[in-house]
Amino acid sequence: MAMAAHEIEKRILAALPDAKIEIRDLAGDGDHYAATVISEAFRGKTRVQQHQMVNAAFGSDMGTVLHSLALQTKAPD
Amino acid sequence: MQDYLTGNAAGTFSGLKGMHMSDINALIDEQVKNNDVFLYMKGTPDFPMCGFSGRVVQILGYLGVDYQSANVLENQELREGIKAYANWPTIPQLYVKGEFVGGADIVTEMFQAGELQTHLAEKGIAVKQTA
Repeated sequence: MAMAAHEIEKRILAALPDAKIEIRDLAGDGDHYAATVISEAFRGKTRVQQHQMVNAAFGSDMGTVLHSLALQTKAPD
Repeated sequence: MQDYLTGNAAGTFSGLKGMHMSDINALIDEQVKNNDVFLYMKGTPDFPMCGFSGRVVQILGYLGVDYQSANVLENQELREGIKAYANWPTIPQLYVKGEFVGGADIVTEMFQAGELQTHLAEKGIAVKQTA
């Protein structure tokens, strides 16, 4: 199974409407992505909490439909 | 309740078989709260069985941090239980003073930014190397 990059972006935006998102398909197989997500909602949160907020946007699809998403998160400078 | 702890640096705990979810939660709670630094990983510090686990082992080794670890490959209940405990989908998982700090990517990012060293120091954990 796989998930298209634009679908990943759509899911993250649904959870974090202000997010600036950059997605890279690491292996070119639609299975292993890396994403940089910048959102005001991350301010004051630990990195773990920030990643959990993004992961929550995918629910049970995380790790299944979406095989792998390496995250980098931060609040705007 | 301390008898499963070896007490030596980078000691390894092999989990018990056939435990219930609530038992696993209690076990994890014990491990992360009774050890200043605890790593759930695939394999052991001497023989990591996954590149991501190996990366965290390398960083902790580089910093000279004393820690205990558990090999989730030896215990399927622990492997699933730790994901539920932290609400985190992947292994490795690093805990400092009972608090989940992150997986391989976060730990690497924090290490490179010098934040991991600061975080450990703030929690009173001895770090032998800060560069």
